[in-house]
Amino acid sequence: MNYQAPTSLDAAVDILAGAKGDCRILAGGTDLLVRMHSDMAEPDTVLDIKRIDSLRAISQEDGGWRIGAAVSAAEMGENADLVADWPGVVEAANLIGSTQIQGRCTIAGNLCNASPAADSVPALVAAEAKARIAGPDGIRDIPVEDVPEGPGKTSLKPGELVASIFLPSRPERSGDAYLRFIPRTEMDIAVVGCGVSLTLDASGNCVAARVALGAVAPTVIVVPEAAEALVGTSVDEDALTKMAAACSEAAKPIDDKRGTAEYRVHMAGVLARRAAVIAKKRAGGAA
Amino acid sequence: MSMIHVTTTINGVAQEYLCEADETLLDVLRDRLGMTGSKEGCGTGDCGACSVTVDDRLVCSCLMLGAEAEGRKVETIEGMAEGETLHPLQRKFIEHAALQCGICTPGILVAAKSLLEHNPNPTEEEARYWLAGNLCRCTGYDKIIRAVMAAAEEMREAS
Repeated sequence: MNYQAPTSLDAAVDILAGAKGDCRILAGGTDLLVRMHSDMAEPDTVLDIKRIDSLRAISQEDGGWRIGAAVSAAEMGENADLVADWPGVVEAANLIGSTQIQGRCTIAGNLCNASPAADSVPALVAAEAKARIAGPDGIRDIPVEDVPEGPGKTSLKPGELVASIFLPSRPERSGDAYLRFIPRTEMDIAVVGCGVSLTLDASGNCVAARVALGAVAPTVIVVPEAAEALVGTSVDEDALTKMAAACSEAAKPIDDKRGTAEYRVHMAGVLARRAAVIAKKRAGGAA
Repeated sequence: MSMIHVTTTINGVAQEYLCEADETLLDVLRDRLGMTGSKEGCGTGDCGACSVTVDDRLVCSCLMLGAEAEGRKVETIEGMAEGETLHPLQRKFIEHAALQCGICTPGILVAAKSLLEHNPNPTEEEARYWLAGNLCRCTGYDKIIRAVMAAAEEMREAS
């Protein structure tokens, strides 16, 4: 195996595009090294992107936030301004693994690992985050939900990598939240995860909403019917009930050791309702 | 394949080593540098027995390549005591009998030290969450948490 640690994005793209055999991106390594350890991955080249300064930065841009692909979840949690703008995204990222994992894992890696149960992804999808993809043909920005195509599969073309994640600027009175259910209190993989982002008007009515579910389909899914149930309401009991039903309806999970499909369908609604209540409160809405 | 030459600082001492590209930092510490305090429990980042800090950030050394340590500051369990003088956490672990077989102990001590550097006055809940990535199959955790809380108190009084 060959280890490369370039110091510029251009150099990283050149290495990736020119690499012979299997070249894997090493950001936090919390998935890649596990795969290497269990012989599920035997890369010819590992391309470490942590020496690229621009990919190590959290920066404000056009009223939003750009988070480099090599920024750890712990670093996101330590950025008070980012937490204030996107508490749901950060709480989702901060649920990945243990303290040790937090010190290394990245949201770009969580996205590219393409697990249906990735914790940060429903929150990023609810936030309408964009992934900036760098490759031999230059830079392109795509919605984060277009990156995973199925378990372990992404839409990235050969020679491409995710360079950063962009969280857009927020209107006044906006809030987001992420909740997941796991059988333990910590250190487990989501049975269901739900991200909700919404915006209220001055009178407390919801004017925009986005709801995303994890671990109930081969990829994280957006549930427009759930958002529609909230928009135009004060996010009251009636709206929440309709939204929960829409989430349960949209959930198409499988049975596995963490939960049955029936249980996941039910929990999708339960978590969506609770996440929406938190998001509403964070947006300044009445209890 | 040629070996990679790495220059780093381990427990405050400049250190150079050669390693293979796919060798983990844990393997380098144990097999090349003879620092066998860090343990391999799972090798997949679940158990925390290999915990070290890199640039003051708590990580699993089994989930990091040795090559990645170039220019970084690594701290391991071997750097915890000062000569024969144990760190307060180490003393409290003995006083509270917070270990049995001992495999998890180095990782838990390194993780607990990192906790108290970030938060000198943690609640029990904060300590339990911080240490959730360190598995112990002997003690049931209660004595570990008591030892950490006692060490935190002593270290606050001393500072």
